[in-house]
Amino acid sequence: MALKERIVITGVGLTAPNGNNLKEFRHALLNNISGVVKHETRHMGEVLAGVCDFDEMKYQKRKERRRGTRAGSISIYCGNEALADAGISLENCDADHPLRKEIGIYIGITEHGNVETENEVWNVGQFDNDVKFWSHHHNPRTVANNPAGELSLNTGIIGPHMTVGAACAAGNYALITAAQNLMLGDVKIALAGGVSESIHTFGIFASFNSQGALAKLSEEQPDPTKASRPFDKDRSGIVCSEGGCIYVLETLSHAQERGAKIYGELVGYGVNTDSTDFVLPNSDRQAQCMRMALDKADLTPADIDIVNAHATGTPLGDEQEAKAIHTVFGDFPNVRINATKGFIGHCMGAAGALELAGNLPAFEDNLIHPSMNFNEFDDKCKFAGLVSGEAEKRESINTIANMSSGMLGINTVLIVKKYEN
Amino acid sequence: MNQDQIREEVKDIISTIAPDEDLSVMTNSGIIREEVDLDSMDFLDIIMELRKRHKIEVPETDYKFFATLDGCAEYLEPKMTQIKA
Repeated sequence: MALKERIVITGVGLTAPNGNNLKEFRHALLNNISGVVKHETRHMGEVLAGVCDFDEMKYQKRKERRRGTRAGSISIYCGNEALADAGISLENCDADHPLRKEIGIYIGITEHGNVETENEVWNVGQFDNDVKFWSHHHNPRTVANNPAGELSLNTGIIGPHMTVGAACAAGNYALITAAQNLMLGDVKIALAGGVSESIHTFGIFASFNSQGALAKLSEEQPDPTKASRPFDKDRSGIVCSEGGCIYVLETLSHAQERGAKIYGELVGYGVNTDSTDFVLPNSDRQAQCMRMALDKADLTPADIDIVNAHATGTPLGDEQEAKAIHTVFGDFPNVRINATKGFIGHCMGAAGALELAGNLPAFEDNLIHPSMNFNEFDDKCKFAGLVSGEAEKRESINTIANMSSGMLGINTVLIVKKYEN
Repeated sequence: MNQDQIREEVKDIISTIAPDEDLSVMTNSGIIREEVDLDSMDFLDIIMELRKRHKIEVPETDYKFFATLDGCAEYLEPKMTQIKA
Protein backbone atom coordinates (compact mmCIF):
# COMPACT_ATOMS: atom_id res chain seq x y z
CA MET A 1 0.00 0.00 0.00
CA ALA A 2 2.63 2.51 -1.08
CA LEU A 3 1.90 6.26 -1.10
CA LYS A 4 0.11 7.51 -4.23
CA GLU A 5 3.00 9.84 -5.06
CA ARG A 6 6.67 9.73 -4.11
CA ILE A 7 7.21 12.54 -1.59
CA VAL A 8 10.75 13.77 -0.93
CA ILE A 9 12.49 16.12 1.49
CA THR A 10 14.52 18.76 -0.33
CA GLY A 11 15.24 21.38 2.32
CA VAL A 12 15.68 21.63 6.10
CA GLY A 13 15.59 24.68 8.37
CA LEU A 14 15.77 24.32 12.11
CA THR A 15 16.57 25.82 15.44
CA ALA A 16 17.18 23.51 18.38
CA PRO A 17 18.48 24.26 21.86
CA ASN A 18 21.86 22.89 20.71
CA GLY A 19 22.09 24.09 17.11
CA ASN A 20 20.67 26.55 14.62
CA ASN A 21 21.02 24.50 11.46
CA LEU A 22 21.19 20.83 10.53
CA LYS A 23 24.99 20.70 10.57
CA GLU A 24 25.27 22.19 14.07
CA PHE A 25 22.42 20.05 15.37
CA ARG A 26 23.89 16.84 13.97
CA HIS A 27 27.31 17.72 15.40
CA ALA A 28 25.77 18.21 18.84
CA LEU A 29 23.91 14.89 18.68
CA LEU A 30 27.01 12.97 17.63
CA ASN A 31 29.12 14.58 20.33
CA ASN A 32 26.79 14.49 23.33
CA ILE A 33 26.28 18.25 23.47
CA SER A 34 23.19 19.25 25.45
CA GLY A 35 21.03 22.35 25.03
CA VAL A 36 19.34 22.18 28.43
CA VAL A 37 19.98 25.08 30.81
CA LYS A 38 18.50 26.78 33.87
CA HIS A 39 15.82 29.23 32.74
CA GLU A 40 13.91 31.93 34.63
CA THR A 41 10.17 31.96 34.12
CA ARG A 42 7.37 34.06 35.60
CA HIS A 43 5.97 32.81 38.93
CA MET A 44 7.99 29.57 38.76
CA GLY A 45 11.47 31.10 39.13
CA GLU A 46 14.25 28.83 37.93
CA VAL A 47 13.22 25.86 35.81
CA LEU A 48 15.06 23.63 33.36
CA ALA A 49 14.52 24.26 29.66
CA GLY A 50 15.98 23.91 26.21
CA VAL A 51 16.48 27.48 24.96
CA CYS A 52 17.24 28.45 21.35
CA ASP A 53 19.60 31.28 20.39
CA PHE A 54 18.94 31.71 16.66
CA ASP A 55 19.12 35.20 15.16
CA GLU A 56 15.52 36.47 15.07
CA MET A 57 16.55 39.40 12.91
CA LYS A 58 18.06 37.25 10.13
CA TYR A 59 14.75 37.23 8.26
CA GLN A 60 12.50 39.58 10.28
CA LYS A 61 12.29 43.29 10.89
CA ARG A 62 12.11 44.48 14.49
CA LYS A 63 8.59 45.83 13.99
CA GLU A 64 7.41 42.48 12.61
CA ARG A 65 8.95 40.70 15.60
CA ARG A 66 7.41 43.15 18.07
CA ARG A 67 3.96 42.64 16.63
CA GLY A 68 4.21 38.86 16.32
CA THR A 69 4.98 35.91 18.54
CA ARG A 70 8.03 33.84 19.41
CA ALA A 71 6.41 30.88 17.64
CA GLY A 72 5.92 33.04 14.56
CA SER A 73 9.53 34.12 14.74
CA ILE A 74 10.71 30.50 14.98
CA SER A 75 8.53 29.64 11.96
CA ILE A 76 9.95 32.53 9.98
CA TYR A 77 13.54 31.58 10.75
CA CYS A 78 13.06 27.87 10.03
CA GLY A 79 10.87 28.42 6.96
CA ASN A 80 13.32 30.81 5.33
CA GLU A 81 16.27 28.55 6.16
CA ALA A 82 14.42 25.59 4.60
CA LEU A 83 13.62 27.52 1.41
CA ALA A 84 17.22 28.68 1.11
CA ASP A 85 18.49 25.15 1.72
CA ALA A 86 16.16 23.85 -1.00
CA GLY A 87 17.37 26.50 -3.44
CA ILE A 88 13.96 28.16 -3.65
CA SER A 89 13.98 31.96 -3.81
CA LEU A 90 10.91 34.18 -3.84
CA GLU A 91 12.98 37.34 -4.04
CA ASN A 92 12.26 38.15 -7.66
CA CYS A 93 8.67 36.90 -7.69
CA ASP A 94 5.96 39.55 -7.74
CA ALA A 95 3.00 39.30 -5.36
CA ASP A 96 0.96 37.07 -7.71
CA HIS A 97 3.81 34.98 -9.09
CA PRO A 98 2.70 31.34 -9.61
CA LEU A 99 5.43 30.05 -7.28
CA ARG A 100 3.91 31.97 -4.37
CA LYS A 101 0.56 30.22 -5.01
CA GLU A 102 2.07 26.75 -5.31
CA ILE A 103 3.56 26.66 -1.81
CA GLY A 104 1.54 25.55 1.21
CA ILE A 105 2.52 26.01 4.87
CA TYR A 106 1.78 23.28 7.46
CA ILE A 107 3.09 23.91 10.97
CA GLY A 108 2.56 21.59 13.91
CA ILE A 109 1.86 23.09 17.33
CA THR A 110 1.30 21.49 20.69
CA GLU A 111 -0.43 24.64 21.88
CA HIS A 112 -0.43 28.26 20.85
CA GLY A 113 -1.58 31.40 22.63
CA ASN A 114 -0.71 30.55 26.20
CA VAL A 115 2.38 32.76 26.12
CA GLU A 116 0.57 35.76 24.70
CA THR A 117 -2.45 35.38 26.99
CA GLU A 118 -0.29 35.09 30.09
CA ASN A 119 1.58 38.20 28.99
CA GLU A 120 -1.65 40.18 28.60
CA VAL A 121 -3.04 38.99 31.93
CA TRP A 122 0.21 40.07 33.57
CA ASN A 123 0.12 43.36 31.64
CA VAL A 124 -3.39 44.36 32.73
CA GLY A 125 -2.42 43.30 36.25
CA GLN A 126 0.01 46.24 36.21
CA PHE A 127 -3.00 48.53 35.60
CA ASP A 128 -5.46 47.28 38.22
CA ASN A 129 -6.87 44.75 35.73
CA ASP A 130 -8.28 47.55 33.60
CA VAL A 131 -9.00 45.81 30.29
CA LYS A 132 -8.43 49.05 28.39
CA PHE A 133 -4.77 48.05 28.61
CA TRP A 134 -5.35 44.67 26.95
CA SER A 135 -3.47 44.76 23.64
CA HIS A 136 -5.24 44.94 20.30
CA HIS A 137 -2.48 42.58 19.09
CA HIS A 138 -3.75 39.78 21.33
CA ASN A 139 -6.18 38.22 18.85
CA PRO A 140 -3.87 38.03 15.82
CA ARG A 141 -1.11 36.76 18.12
CA THR A 142 -3.24 33.99 19.57
CA VAL A 143 -5.33 32.68 16.68
CA ALA A 144 -4.39 29.06 16.16
CA ASN A 145 -2.95 29.65 12.69
CA ASN A 146 -0.56 32.36 13.93
CA PRO A 147 2.79 30.56 13.53
CA ALA A 148 1.93 29.51 9.95
CA GLY A 149 0.30 32.84 9.12
CA GLU A 150 3.32 34.84 10.26
CA LEU A 151 5.51 32.78 7.92
CA SER A 152 3.09 33.52 5.09
CA LEU A 153 3.16 37.27 5.85
CA ASN A 154 6.94 37.27 6.02
CA THR A 155 7.56 35.36 2.80
CA GLY A 156 4.60 36.48 0.71
CA ILE A 157 3.50 32.87 0.17
CA ILE A 158 -0.16 32.90 -0.88
CA GLY A 159 -0.95 29.18 -1.02
CA PRO A 160 -2.80 27.61 1.91
CA HIS A 161 -1.42 27.99 5.43
CA MET A 162 -2.47 26.13 8.54
CA THR A 163 -1.30 24.89 11.87
CA VAL A 164 -1.85 21.30 12.85
CA GLY A 165 -2.83 20.81 16.48
CA ALA A 166 -1.85 17.33 17.59
CA ALA A 167 -0.22 17.85 20.98
CA CYS A 168 3.38 16.64 20.90
CA ALA A 169 2.78 14.55 17.77
CA ALA A 170 2.06 17.76 15.84
CA GLY A 171 5.42 18.06 14.07
CA ASN A 172 5.02 14.60 12.55
CA TYR A 173 1.35 15.16 11.83
CA ALA A 174 2.04 18.40 9.96
CA LEU A 175 4.46 16.51 7.71
CA ILE A 176 1.77 13.90 7.08
CA THR A 177 -0.81 16.60 6.31
CA ALA A 178 1.60 18.28 3.93
CA ALA A 179 2.32 14.98 2.16
CA GLN A 180 -1.42 14.39 1.79
CA ASN A 181 -1.91 17.86 0.29
CA LEU A 182 0.98 17.23 -2.13
CA MET A 183 -0.55 13.89 -3.15
CA LEU A 184 -3.90 15.60 -3.73
CA GLY A 185 -2.14 18.07 -6.00
CA ASP A 186 -3.36 21.04 -3.97
CA VAL A 187 0.17 22.40 -3.66
CA LYS A 188 3.44 21.71 -5.47
CA ILE A 189 5.76 22.57 -2.59
CA ALA A 190 5.07 22.29 1.14
CA LEU A 191 6.81 24.02 4.02
CA ALA A 192 6.03 21.62 6.83
CA GLY A 193 7.22 20.85 10.32
CA GLY A 194 6.62 22.09 13.83
CA VAL A 195 7.41 24.89 16.25
CA SER A 196 7.20 25.51 19.97
CA GLU A 197 7.42 28.65 22.10
CA SER A 198 6.15 26.85 25.19
CA ILE A 199 9.02 27.71 27.52
CA HIS A 200 7.76 31.30 27.57
CA THR A 201 4.58 30.31 29.40
CA PHE A 202 4.88 29.46 33.07
CA GLY A 203 1.63 27.49 32.80
CA ILE A 204 3.23 24.63 30.88
CA PHE A 205 5.87 24.19 33.57
CA ALA A 206 3.37 24.64 36.40
CA SER A 207 0.97 22.09 34.95
CA PHE A 208 3.67 19.45 34.37
CA ASN A 209 4.91 20.21 37.89
CA SER A 210 1.45 19.68 39.40
CA GLN A 211 1.19 16.48 37.39
CA GLY A 212 4.50 15.29 38.88
CA ALA A 213 5.94 15.05 35.37
CA LEU A 214 8.53 17.86 35.40
CA ALA A 215 12.23 16.97 35.53
CA LYS A 216 14.02 18.49 38.50
CA LEU A 217 17.52 18.83 39.82
CA SER A 218 18.56 17.39 43.17
CA GLU A 219 21.59 17.49 45.47
CA GLU A 220 22.69 14.19 43.95
CA GLN A 221 22.04 15.39 40.39
CA PRO A 222 22.59 19.17 40.08
CA ASP A 223 23.51 19.25 36.36
CA PRO A 224 20.83 20.64 33.97
CA THR A 225 22.40 18.80 31.03
CA LYS A 226 21.70 15.47 32.75
CA ALA A 227 18.08 16.19 33.69
CA SER A 228 16.35 14.78 30.59
CA ARG A 229 16.93 11.00 30.72
CA PRO A 230 14.78 9.06 28.23
CA PHE A 231 14.41 5.36 29.15
CA ASP A 232 16.96 5.61 31.98
CA LYS A 233 16.01 4.11 35.35
CA ASP A 234 16.68 7.50 37.00
CA ARG A 235 14.42 9.46 34.63
CA SER A 236 12.35 11.99 36.54
CA GLY A 237 10.23 13.80 33.95
CA ILE A 238 10.06 16.23 31.08
CA VAL A 239 12.37 19.14 30.33
CA CYS A 240 10.29 21.65 28.33
CA SER A 241 12.02 23.22 25.36
CA GLU A 242 11.44 25.60 22.51
CA GLY A 243 12.48 24.97 18.94
CA GLY A 244 11.41 24.54 15.39
CA CYS A 245 12.05 22.48 12.31
CA ILE A 246 10.53 23.07 8.89
CA TYR A 247 11.15 20.98 5.78
CA VAL A 248 10.59 21.60 2.13
CA LEU A 249 8.57 18.65 0.83
CA GLU A 250 7.64 18.10 -2.78
CA THR A 251 6.73 15.30 -5.13
CA LEU A 252 9.69 13.46 -6.56
CA SER A 253 8.79 14.53 -10.09
CA HIS A 254 8.68 18.20 -9.04
CA ALA A 255 11.99 17.90 -7.21
CA GLN A 256 13.62 16.19 -10.20
CA GLU A 257 12.23 18.77 -12.58
CA ARG A 258 14.06 21.54 -10.77
CA GLY A 259 17.16 19.46 -10.00
CA ALA A 260 16.74 19.60 -6.23
CA LYS A 261 19.04 17.94 -3.72
CA ILE A 262 17.08 15.12 -2.00
CA TYR A 263 17.59 14.33 1.70
CA GLY A 264 15.21 11.38 1.86
CA GLU A 265 11.84 10.03 0.81
CA LEU A 266 8.75 9.84 3.00
CA VAL A 267 7.53 6.33 2.20
CA GLY A 268 4.97 5.70 4.92
CA TYR A 269 3.12 7.06 7.89
CA GLY A 270 0.68 6.04 10.54
CA VAL A 271 -1.75 8.02 12.66
CA ASN A 272 -4.12 6.68 15.27
CA THR A 273 -5.66 7.51 18.64
CA ASP A 274 -5.51 5.72 22.01
CA SER A 275 -8.92 6.80 23.24
CA THR A 276 -7.92 5.68 26.73
CA ASP A 277 -6.49 8.56 28.79
CA PHE A 278 -5.89 12.31 28.79
CA VAL A 279 -2.15 12.02 29.36
CA LEU A 280 -0.93 8.43 29.59
CA PRO A 281 0.00 6.76 26.32
CA ASN A 282 -1.26 3.32 25.37
CA SER A 283 1.43 0.90 24.19
CA ASP A 284 -1.00 -1.27 22.22
CA ARG A 285 -2.16 1.69 20.15
CA GLN A 286 1.42 2.92 19.69
CA ALA A 287 2.38 -0.54 18.39
CA GLN A 288 -0.62 -0.48 16.04
CA CYS A 289 0.47 2.90 14.75
CA MET A 290 3.98 1.62 14.02
CA ARG A 291 2.56 -1.34 12.10
CA MET A 292 0.20 0.95 10.21
CA ALA A 293 3.18 3.01 9.02
CA LEU A 294 5.16 -0.10 8.08
CA ASP A 295 2.19 -1.43 6.06
CA LYS A 296 1.80 1.86 4.24
CA ALA A 297 5.50 1.80 3.40
CA ASP A 298 5.38 -1.87 2.30
CA LEU A 299 8.09 -2.64 4.84
CA THR A 300 8.56 -5.08 7.72
CA PRO A 301 10.14 -4.24 11.10
CA ALA A 302 13.35 -5.92 9.93
CA ASP A 303 13.68 -3.29 7.19
CA ILE A 304 14.03 -0.44 9.71
CA ASP A 305 17.54 0.68 10.65
CA ILE A 306 16.71 3.43 13.18
CA VAL A 307 13.61 3.91 15.31
CA ASN A 308 13.59 7.34 16.89
CA ALA A 309 11.46 7.08 20.02
CA HIS A 310 9.28 9.88 21.37
CA ALA A 311 10.64 9.12 24.88
CA THR A 312 9.94 12.20 26.97
CA GLY A 313 11.74 10.93 30.06
CA THR A 314 8.66 10.46 32.22
CA PRO A 315 8.53 7.22 34.23
CA LEU A 316 5.16 6.01 32.90
CA GLY A 317 5.31 7.41 29.36
CA ASP A 318 8.66 5.77 28.58
CA GLU A 319 7.45 2.51 30.08
CA GLN A 320 4.48 2.37 27.68
CA GLU A 321 6.58 3.28 24.66
CA ALA A 322 9.25 0.71 25.59
CA LYS A 323 6.53 -1.96 25.52
CA ALA A 324 5.38 -0.83 22.09
CA ILE A 325 8.92 -0.83 20.71
CA HIS A 326 9.59 -4.28 22.15
CA THR A 327 6.32 -5.61 20.72
CA VAL A 328 7.01 -4.45 17.17
CA PHE A 329 10.80 -4.54 16.90
CA GLY A 330 11.85 -6.91 19.72
CA ASP A 331 12.43 -9.90 17.40
CA PHE A 332 14.68 -7.99 15.02
CA PRO A 333 18.21 -7.55 16.44
CA ASN A 334 19.37 -5.38 13.53
CA VAL A 335 17.01 -2.54 14.52
CA ARG A 336 18.54 0.29 16.53
CA ILE A 337 16.58 2.70 18.73
CA ASN A 338 17.59 6.22 19.72
CA ALA A 339 15.95 9.11 21.57
CA THR A 340 16.73 12.79 21.16
CA LYS A 341 15.18 14.44 24.21
CA GLY A 342 18.18 13.68 26.43
CA PHE A 343 20.03 16.34 24.42
CA ILE A 344 17.38 18.99 23.88
CA GLY A 345 14.46 18.24 26.19
CA HIS A 346 10.95 18.13 24.78
CA CYS A 347 10.45 20.62 21.96
CA MET A 348 6.71 19.93 22.01
CA GLY A 349 5.15 20.80 18.62
CA ALA A 350 8.60 20.80 17.03
CA ALA A 351 9.69 17.51 18.58
CA GLY A 352 8.79 15.06 15.81
CA ALA A 353 10.16 17.19 12.99
CA LEU A 354 13.36 18.12 14.86
CA GLU A 355 14.06 14.57 15.96
CA LEU A 356 13.68 13.30 12.41
CA ALA A 357 16.18 15.95 11.30
CA GLY A 358 18.63 14.71 13.92
CA ASN A 359 18.71 11.31 12.22
CA LEU A 360 18.37 12.39 8.58
CA PRO A 361 22.13 12.84 7.97
CA ALA A 362 22.58 9.14 8.90
CA PHE A 363 21.75 8.34 5.25
CA GLU A 364 25.05 10.03 4.38
CA ASP A 365 27.36 9.37 7.33
CA ASN A 366 25.93 5.96 8.39
CA LEU A 367 26.08 6.97 12.05
CA ILE A 368 23.32 6.46 14.61
CA HIS A 369 23.43 9.19 17.22
CA PRO A 370 23.26 7.99 20.83
CA SER A 371 20.54 8.61 23.40
CA MET A 372 22.06 11.07 25.85
CA ASN A 373 21.87 10.45 29.61
CA PHE A 374 20.96 6.80 29.37
CA ASN A 375 22.82 4.47 31.73
CA GLU A 376 20.52 1.62 32.62
CA PHE A 377 16.97 0.32 32.05
CA ASP A 378 14.64 -0.55 34.90
CA ASP A 379 12.59 -3.74 34.98
CA LYS A 380 9.47 -2.14 33.52
CA CYS A 381 11.16 -0.17 30.77
CA LYS A 382 13.38 -2.39 28.68
CA PHE A 383 13.99 -3.35 25.04
CA ALA A 384 16.88 -4.35 22.81
CA GLY A 385 18.85 -2.13 20.45
CA LEU A 386 19.03 1.24 22.27
CA VAL A 387 22.08 3.22 21.16
CA SER A 388 23.68 5.13 24.04
CA GLY A 389 27.04 6.51 25.07
CA GLU A 390 28.66 6.88 21.65
CA ALA A 391 27.30 7.00 18.11
CA GLU A 392 27.14 3.64 16.35
CA LYS A 393 28.58 3.24 12.86
CA ARG A 394 26.74 0.96 10.44
CA GLU A 395 27.70 -0.22 7.00
CA SER A 396 24.66 1.53 5.60
CA ILE A 397 21.54 3.19 6.93
CA ASN A 398 18.54 3.19 4.65
CA THR A 399 15.36 3.56 6.74
CA ILE A 400 14.26 5.66 9.71
CA ALA A 401 11.00 5.32 11.66
CA ASN A 402 10.19 8.46 13.62
CA MET A 403 7.66 8.19 16.45
CA SER A 404 5.75 10.98 18.17
CA SER A 405 2.83 10.76 20.55
CA GLY A 406 0.90 13.37 22.47
CA MET A 407 -1.73 14.13 25.05
CA LEU A 408 -5.28 12.95 24.44
CA GLY A 409 -3.77 9.86 22.88
CA ILE A 410 -2.55 10.94 19.45
CA ASN A 411 0.14 8.73 17.88
CA THR A 412 2.12 9.30 14.68
CA VAL A 413 4.90 7.43 12.92
CA LEU A 414 6.80 8.60 9.86
CA ILE A 415 8.98 6.30 7.78
CA VAL A 416 11.69 7.96 5.74
CA LYS A 417 14.00 6.12 3.37
CA LYS A 418 17.29 6.99 1.80
CA TYR A 419 16.48 8.27 -1.65
CA GLU A 420 17.01 5.84 -4.51
CA ASN A 421 15.98 6.74 -8.01
CA MET B 1 5.11 69.37 28.63
CA ASN B 2 5.04 72.04 25.97
CA GLN B 3 4.26 71.38 22.32
CA ASP B 4 7.91 70.76 21.37
CA GLN B 5 8.26 68.23 24.16
CA ILE B 6 5.00 66.55 23.18
CA ARG B 7 6.21 66.17 19.58
CA GLU B 8 9.39 64.53 20.90
CA GLU B 9 7.36 62.28 23.17
CA VAL B 10 5.15 61.13 20.26
CA LYS B 11 8.26 60.50 18.16
CA ASP B 12 9.74 58.50 21.01
CA ILE B 13 6.58 56.38 21.15
CA ILE B 14 6.71 55.85 17.38
CA SER B 15 10.35 54.79 17.65
CA THR B 16 9.32 51.91 19.92
CA ILE B 17 6.44 50.93 17.65
CA ALA B 18 8.37 51.15 14.39
CA PRO B 19 11.99 50.55 15.42
CA ASP B 20 13.18 49.98 11.85
CA GLU B 21 11.96 53.37 10.58
CA ASP B 22 14.15 56.42 10.05
CA LEU B 23 12.31 59.07 12.08
CA SER B 24 14.64 61.86 11.01
CA VAL B 25 12.42 62.25 7.91
CA MET B 26 9.46 63.30 10.05
CA THR B 27 8.33 66.90 9.84
CA ASN B 28 5.99 68.74 12.19
CA SER B 29 3.31 69.30 9.56
CA GLY B 30 3.76 66.20 7.40
CA ILE B 31 1.25 63.34 7.43
CA ILE B 32 2.79 60.83 9.83
CA ARG B 33 1.55 57.73 7.99
CA GLU B 34 3.02 59.04 4.74
CA GLU B 35 6.40 59.83 6.29
CA VAL B 36 6.86 56.56 8.17
CA ASP B 37 5.45 53.11 7.55
CA LEU B 38 2.65 52.92 10.11
CA ASP B 39 -0.66 51.09 9.75
CA SER B 40 -3.88 51.22 11.76
CA MET B 41 -2.60 48.70 14.34
CA ASP B 42 0.50 50.85 14.86
CA PHE B 43 -1.71 53.89 15.33
CA LEU B 44 -3.61 52.03 18.04
CA ASP B 45 -0.24 51.31 19.66
CA ILE B 46 0.37 55.07 19.89
CA ILE B 47 -2.96 55.55 21.67
CA MET B 48 -2.22 52.59 23.98
CA GLU B 49 1.24 53.92 24.82
CA LEU B 50 -0.15 57.37 25.71
CA ARG B 51 -2.60 55.60 28.01
CA LYS B 52 0.15 53.54 29.63
CA ARG B 53 2.74 56.31 29.96
CA HIS B 54 0.53 59.27 30.81
CA LYS B 55 -2.97 57.96 31.63
CA ILE B 56 -4.32 59.91 28.64
CA GLU B 57 -7.55 58.73 27.04
CA VAL B 58 -8.15 59.54 23.40
CA PRO B 59 -11.71 58.84 22.21
CA GLU B 60 -12.03 57.35 18.73
CA THR B 61 -13.70 60.54 17.48
CA ASP B 62 -10.46 62.42 18.20
CA TYR B 63 -8.10 60.11 16.28
CA LYS B 64 -8.23 62.60 13.40
CA PHE B 65 -6.06 65.04 15.37
CA PHE B 66 -3.17 62.57 15.24
CA ALA B 67 -2.51 62.88 11.50
CA THR B 68 0.53 65.16 12.01
CA LEU B 69 3.00 65.87 14.82
CA ASP B 70 1.62 69.41 15.04
CA GLY B 71 -1.91 68.00 15.35
CA CYS B 72 -0.76 65.66 18.12
CA ALA B 73 0.94 68.52 19.98
CA GLU B 74 -2.05 70.84 19.76
CA TYR B 75 -4.50 68.16 20.83
CA LEU B 76 -2.39 66.75 23.65
CA GLU B 77 -1.05 70.02 25.12
CA PRO B 78 -4.04 70.71 27.41
CA LYS B 79 -3.96 67.08 28.57
CA MET B 80 -0.19 67.08 29.21
CA THR B 81 0.43 70.53 30.68
CA GLN B 82 0.91 69.11 34.15
CA ILE B 83 3.22 66.32 32.97
CA LYS B 84 6.95 66.94 33.38
CA ALA B 85 9.15 66.15 30.40
